[in-house]
Amino acid sequence: MTINEIQDQIVEEFSVFNDWMDRYSYLIELGNGLQVMDEKYKVDQNLIKSCQSRVWVNADLADGKIVFTADSDAIITKGIIALLIRVLSNQTPKDIMNANLYFIDKIGLKENLSPTRANGLVGMVKQMRDYAIAYNSILANQ
Amino acid sequence: MLDIQKIRSDFPILSTTVCGKPLVYLDNGATAQKPNVVIDTINRLHTRQNANIHRGVHYLSEACTEEYENARRSVVTFINANSTREIVFTAGTTAAINLVASSFGDEFVQEGNEIIVTIMEHHSNFVPWQALCRRKNARLRVVDLTGDGDLDLEQFQEFIGEKTRLITVAQTSNVLGTVNPVSDIIKLAHSYNIPVLVDGAQSVVHSKIDMQALDCDFFTFSGHKFYGPTGIGVLYAKEKWLDVMPPYQYGGDMVATVTVEDTTFADLPLKFEAGTANYIGAIGLGAAIGYLEGLGMENIQQYEQELLQLAHKLADETAGMTVYGRTKRKAGILSFLLDGIHHYDTGMILDKMGIAVRTGHLCAEPLMTYMGVTGLVRASFGLYNTKEEVQALFDGIKKVQQMLG
Repeated sequence: MTINEIQDQIVEEFSVFNDWMDRYSYLIELGNGLQVMDEKYKVDQNLIKSCQSRVWVNADLADGKIVFTADSDAIITKGIIALLIRVLSNQTPKDIMNANLYFIDKIGLKENLSPTRANGLVGMVKQMRDYAIAYNSILANQ
Repeated sequence: MLDIQKIRSDFPILSTTVCGKPLVYLDNGATAQKPNVVIDTINRLHTRQNANIHRGVHYLSEACTEEYENARRSVVTFINANSTREIVFTAGTTAAINLVASSFGDEFVQEGNEIIVTIMEHHSNFVPWQALCRRKNARLRVVDLTGDGDLDLEQFQEFIGEKTRLITVAQTSNVLGTVNPVSDIIKLAHSYNIPVLVDGAQSVVHSKIDMQALDCDFFTFSGHKFYGPTGIGVLYAKEKWLDVMPPYQYGGDMVATVTVEDTTFADLPLKFEAGTANYIGAIGLGAAIGYLEGLGMENIQQYEQELLQLAHKLADETAGMTVYGRTKRKAGILSFLLDGIHHYDTGMILDKMGIAVRTGHLCAEPLMTYMGVTGLVRASFGLYNTKEEVQALFDGIKKVQQMLG
């Protein structure tokens, strides 16, 4: 599926929730279900430190696509990470670079990704894009 | 006795809703809400009396200058200083501490000297001294805590000596709520002729402060934590220090005469108020002082202690909750963690219930590292909070534990 198809799917899923409690319960569920990040990747080099929650993100290239793994010490942050990975992982560097992440806003979680919210997620999205730019130039030089 | 419902009606923001719920504002340690008298003062100045102070001959400038200097007199009375010469308006506590670190530090701190701080300081009263020590090749000595969140007073005794140039300490910890025995520290320091800076950002709102009784050399606080405007604060300093400290910034309003060859500086306190002062902020702060004096600091302190005691009682009854800072002398601050639940998650869920708390390292990373946590949740009480709101916090905590535990 394309990035936008996945985003639309997530927006559809969240549309059944009427209040914040349901949305956050689902995010917590997603956070708990996030694929465990290999401990070897949870190093300072992959750490996006912020004053609220810590986020680690790693990216590997496989068959021209980027596979992201990530983790956080806060469960709501992990829930958003699960969504970001679902949208951006297994996509080409170019598609990730060009992605417009509208789903966060549409599912009513914009506050989690506002630049002033120091929870590491803004840093994570930037990091994911930076990985895409880096891998894109590696692929271009091959 | 305070009439809390009457007080609440003085603060328009308290009747707003957040996420569809009535706002329960428990982040007063970060900033306090403003009463109508402060809002109206700022509004009145902007609509009817705005003119730059200290330089105009016209009516508005005279009127504004007079109100600005009246605000300074209000500060003198409120903290029982000696004179307006000791009161410098700054942008806030951070600016006041930076002023001292720069002006006092440049003049009196040399290579090999020592500054004593404590591990519980807010970054505002830590980083400026760390930077000063770097600049001067001086040494920062950091006093630790004892078990319940009290300063280790024996360590002051151990550190203090002929190399010490200044001791700087918060009167009340913004994290633990600990009310430090600053009088004892000041007496000890003065017996060695060492000056003391007291960071009053968290204390001045909770209790009566008296410069004559305290006898500290420097005292700092912010307007915005004090139910006043943002961008205004106070540096109190003994005249003997302000006299010998060089200006911090240079420009208009702080000079006596300027020639191509040389400049002489204005008398105290204007020597330290370069540029157009935040006169609207200062006058707003004066209005906040008037409001608090009307209620009585003793009444405020007594009421906030009731809120704090209730919070501690409810915390003791809550399983899976750890309170940080359990000393006997505390101001209205409750910092905590819930077992197995990240502080950020706790804050996010509380927010959805309309409850505003602070989460994270609370601008006190050295203390967090010392306590072995990455952050805390902090509820901080103000004079308008109710016992029902304290209960609402604990109802919220139960919900957080249900959702995340």
